[in-house]
Amino acid sequence: MSGLSAFLALDGGAPVGLHAYLLVAALLFAFGLTACLARRNAIGILIGIELILNAAILNFMAFWRFGASGDDVSGPMFGIFMIILAACEAAVALAVLLNLYFNFGTVEVDDIAQLRR
Amino acid sequence: MPETLAAAPWQGANLSFWLIAALVLISGGFAAFTRNIVQAAYSLFFTLVGMAGLYILLGSPFLAITQVIIYVGGILVLLMFGVLLTNRPLERARRGQGRLYVVGAVVAALALAMVLLRIVFTTEWMTGSAAVEPVGGTRPIGRLLLTEYLLPFELAGMLLLLGLIGAAYLVRRRET
Repeated sequence: MSGLSAFLALDGGAPVGLHAYLLVAALLFAFGLTACLARRNAIGILIGIELILNAAILNFMAFWRFGASGDDVSGPMFGIFMIILAACEAAVALAVLLNLYFNFGTVEVDDIAQLRR
Repeated sequence: MPETLAAAPWQGANLSFWLIAALVLISGGFAAFTRNIVQAAYSLFFTLVGMAGLYILLGSPFLAITQVIIYVGGILVLLMFGVLLTNRPLERARRGQGRLYVVGAVVAALALAMVLLRIVFTTEWMTGSAAVEPVGGTRPIGRLLLTEYLLPFELAGMLLLLGLIGAAYLVRRRET
């Protein structure tokens, strides 16, 4: 029990460490992978991808916060570029999905097995 | 208890970290496991806002604001549009969900989570020995974006332009 209390660091002896952030990121990554694999709706798969990207950004930020020093801002910089790429990816993916919906009338990935009608 | 507060300056930050982590994990798990895709999109909102809170705790308010503006204000709204434009409840009720897919996905994710957690808790991470904490303020980020990271910055701009044009091209009305 004292080990758990030390890990949670609620007694205020020290700030929460690297492990706590990595734990949150690992669980979030597992949730995202579950959504990617289990969902049959293409937008659900996109939601899973967003969860995975957020877990990766959290990992970058945690390693930056506990590993870098001084004026080094590589962690937030990685995060900014990943958010930019995620925005680009979401826009193009939504355009593709809307096209699929116009052509096939569904976005269930099991029903879309051909490249064209 | 002023002496306790003076002795424990991190207590509030630690408590808020675990509260935000619980919010992120619960809403993220709900987004991953709920049947209803609309509820999943709404649940993702709390995950993304909670992640912004974690970035503030990690010392980069700039990334937190970027997260709220772009992820919550842009990507999530796009996802909502996609959900509402393509949602067909009848389809989902008719087909149901493939049970086998769900079992396989959960087994794979559990295995991955166990491997990741083992790596996290058994590796000797090389954390910084420097007493100076890194500060992710706006000033160093802005300066480095226009000096050291200039090429990736411009490439990201080009990529956004190409993505915009490509998306507009894909969803245009074809005249036949």
